[in-house]
Amino acid sequence: MRERTDGGVLLAYLAKRLVELTAVVFLISILAFLLVHLLPGDPSVAILGPFDTPSARAEVLRQLGLNRPLPMQYLTWLGNVLHGNLGRSFLTKQTVATTIGEAFPIDLELVVVSQVLAFAVAIPLALVAARRPNRALDRLATATTFGMLSVPAFILAVLLALVLAVEVHAFPASGFTHLSNGVIPNLKSVALGSIALAAGSVAVYFRLLRSELISTLQEDFITMARAKGLSTRYILMRHALRPSSFSLLASAGINIGSLLTGAFVVEYLFQLPGIGYQIIVSIDSRDYLMVQGMALVVAVAYVLVNFAADLLLGVLDPRVRRG
Amino acid sequence: MRSRAGWTSSRTTRHLIFPPVDQALGPMLEVDGLRTSFRTPRGVVRAVDGVSLGLDRGRTLGIVGETGSGKTMLARSIMGLLPAGGRDRLGVERSGTVRFAGHDLTGLPPAQLRQVWGTQIAMVFQDPMTALNPVVRVGRQITESLRLRMGMGRSDAKETALALLSSVGIADPGRHLRSYPHELSGGMRQRVMIAIAIACGPRLLLADEPTTGLDVTIQAQILDLLADLQRERSMAMVLVTHDLGVVAGRADETAVMYAGRIVEQAATAELFAHPLMPYSQALLAAIPRLADAAGTRPKPIPGRPPDLASLAPGCRFAPRCPYARERCREADPPLVEAGSGHRFACWYPLSLEDADTPASDLGDSQGEA
Amino acid sequence: MGESRRPLGALFWVCLAFIVLVILAAALANFLPIPSPTAQDYAAINTGPSLHHLLGTDDLGRDLLSRIIFGARVSLVIGFGSIAIGLLIGGTLGLLAGFRGGATDAVINAGSFVILAFPPLLAIVVIVAFWGRSLWKLTLIIGIAAIPQLFRVIRASTMSYANRDFITAARAMGASTRRIIVRELLPNVAPSAISFALVGVAVVIVLEGSLAFLGLSVSLPTPSWGNIIFEGASNNNLQLNPFIALWPALAMFLLLTSLNIVGDRLREHFDVREGGL
Repeated sequence: MRERTDGGVLLAYLAKRLVELTAVVFLISILAFLLVHLLPGDPSVAILGPFDTPSARAEVLRQLGLNRPLPMQYLTWLGNVLHGNLGRSFLTKQTVATTIGEAFPIDLELVVVSQVLAFAVAIPLALVAARRPNRALDRLATATTFGMLSVPAFILAVLLALVLAVEVHAFPASGFTHLSNGVIPNLKSVALGSIALAAGSVAVYFRLLRSELISTLQEDFITMARAKGLSTRYILMRHALRPSSFSLLASAGINIGSLLTGAFVVEYLFQLPGIGYQIIVSIDSRDYLMVQGMALVVAVAYVLVNFAADLLLGVLDPRVRRG
Repeated sequence: MRSRAGWTSSRTTRHLIFPPVDQALGPMLEVDGLRTSFRTPRGVVRAVDGVSLGLDRGRTLGIVGETGSGKTMLARSIMGLLPAGGRDRLGVERSGTVRFAGHDLTGLPPAQLRQVWGTQIAMVFQDPMTALNPVVRVGRQITESLRLRMGMGRSDAKETALALLSSVGIADPGRHLRSYPHELSGGMRQRVMIAIAIACGPRLLLADEPTTGLDVTIQAQILDLLADLQRERSMAMVLVTHDLGVVAGRADETAVMYAGRIVEQAATAELFAHPLMPYSQALLAAIPRLADAAGTRPKPIPGRPPDLASLAPGCRFAPRCPYARERCREADPPLVEAGSGHRFACWYPLSLEDADTPASDLGDSQGEA
Repeated sequence: MGESRRPLGALFWVCLAFIVLVILAAALANFLPIPSPTAQDYAAINTGPSLHHLLGTDDLGRDLLSRIIFGARVSLVIGFGSIAIGLLIGGTLGLLAGFRGGATDAVINAGSFVILAFPPLLAIVVIVAFWGRSLWKLTLIIGIAAIPQLFRVIRASTMSYANRDFITAARAMGASTRRIIVRELLPNVAPSAISFALVGVAVVIVLEGSLAFLGLSVSLPTPSWGNIIFEGASNNNLQLNPFIALWPALAMFLLLTSLNIVGDRLREHFDVREGGL
């Protein structure tokens, strides 16, 4: 019976979040649709730019259905989107869906590599620092990460490029090597980008986890675990880490969401053709339908990732389920 | 209700009962001149200020005092389980000696002290809601010490945990092994905590307010459970409480604490019959009794315990004591013995004429600054 | 309460002084004895520090110090301007929602959650791309994006005061909502709002830099810190003269650290939650 109540709470929570989710996705679709209307002047002129020919203009107007009332245009557009038809680039003639399909794995790889790096550094460091707060090591790590918060990813990327690519030639300064050309060249090609992305995450994760750990270590259940005669290491790993990691996970969820949906600067700087890169390239070439389609998909993906992170948090922390 | 099925006969029992206590050794616990102080931004707080006491095997000592009297810190200090420094605690210092089964615990390095915790001395904490890890299943909170401290395998540990849960009176232990603490009722949580404390067969159990926050019927059940377990396993027990009613009939001896010191100690029945120190008398008057006429309320003690960071000279209870005289405000009364183990710290003890020994024959003082 | 406050410390004043210095230099840039940020000195291309050019010159012979000082204008206007917009709108809504509670709060709060559900950088990039990238448009877009965050902070802070005795007393004396918010709540909420806003300014300055790297900050001859660093990192400049990128990067790092430290210390200083009561 208790299980059923618990499940009931979880279901109600799920339902509430699903309603929110639907509302947000609906709103995103309207905004993405209206985006084209932000363009100054006749959208077809802006969209086509230098490729403005009468037949192309007619094609744009037909595709956008611009001669009909706005709500009708929206419904038609939404219908197309729901059928997976996000439009087609005027430039490359490639569909938006294909481009996303090619770009997304690169984002995924960047996220996985950078987050693995970030966790591998931040978690052990926080455990060591929180064990003896305000001692030399903790002060050093805390000050360093505070400084790292003031190093934007693009500055770090420039420094990395300068030192590791230009001076030492350890890594390629730009470009992506596909996995089919070998694991090592592939990892090398995303290394600098991943480090640039990981650094900011390390700082945030370390600071969150450290302060949570310090307050968790003051809890009665830690004293109780000590009274059982368990080792400090065991207590840190098995009793303190998990209840301290929820804000870390929440922040990782948000972080992963925003990295997945475009690590714009890092991808652009290191020429890694992920989603962020594609969006910027499309903006540069005034390929506005491409931008619109990708922005829509990416924004929805972001919302979904955050939703999933929230649910995961609910599963991991039995206290959340109490409602 | 408190089924102890399989407790004495099961194969796992061998792990649980500590080898018979060597009778040649002295008392289970001897505490001498124990002091614990915290450095805080406001100054040094003497939470435990020169406490001496002894406890024999299988016996129960009640420690009674108001919130802030230092009784919890005394229990922690005996164990050596002192809080780490925090925002308002810059450092902790402990002096004096604690001898457990003849071994001095105060000099032990942390790693060796840890070997004593859980298996020799265990603690039942005040609030099971906060003392049980909210994100760890009850089962692992019991089995982890069995596995890590007693070297049991996974299935042995689980079997033992089941036996422990039924021994503390939890029905359907198999299901509750998989529960999280928040899924249990307050009384059940306290039973789980007791099961954890006794899991490795400690010889001394420090129970810190084990029934605070529970309703009266459950309180009695938990106290009976502790008494039963104590008898079965011949554990010594220190029962810390703010409620003299809890120690009545359950503790062999009772010590009353005030402002970090023991102010009176006697056999429990003796203390209840002849309190010598006005504070003990006030605590006794604060117990609600069934015999009281409807509508009478127990008398609360007026005033508040002193600030341990800035103590005035004289008896620490003097500012609240209805009988305080000049001398009480000038000199600190030593803890003296009135015969038959009745110790008290008061210049003008109550009802001393009823006691066995006249005040002039008082023994040497202990626990003085 | 006052005695238990954490002292601000010397570092706080050093950082505050640096922020003020940068603001003054940017404001008075026209009167400083420095060359124009766009004037090209063909006799001095990619030179190191000298008396004529204190921080050296870039690949087009432009004075780097001058570019950094004039570039600070753009970064500071976008940084402080957008946060001011966010504070004005988000702060007002936060005070209102936190004080009124009930339906007002529920509606505004739900709205903030919806906006927060959007990926912020993507939204800004796309809107800038579609709408244009003048200084004022950038400031406005980023300012609007900052509203929900600032709203949430100020709402939470307001709610922690809304039920205190002095507010109840003011209500009992028949003070108007407007008067209570302005006279009673605002002074109490302001410290945490200001410390959060300073950190927000740092975030926006980074955002401007990111946009510059994507070619989406103010148009190019105009220097902004992001623009200068970007130019220093492109056209082989990293190999030829890394200082074009390094000087403004250092300036940005120092300003961001200063903003973060000042915001952080202010928050600790005014953090009354643990200060008894």
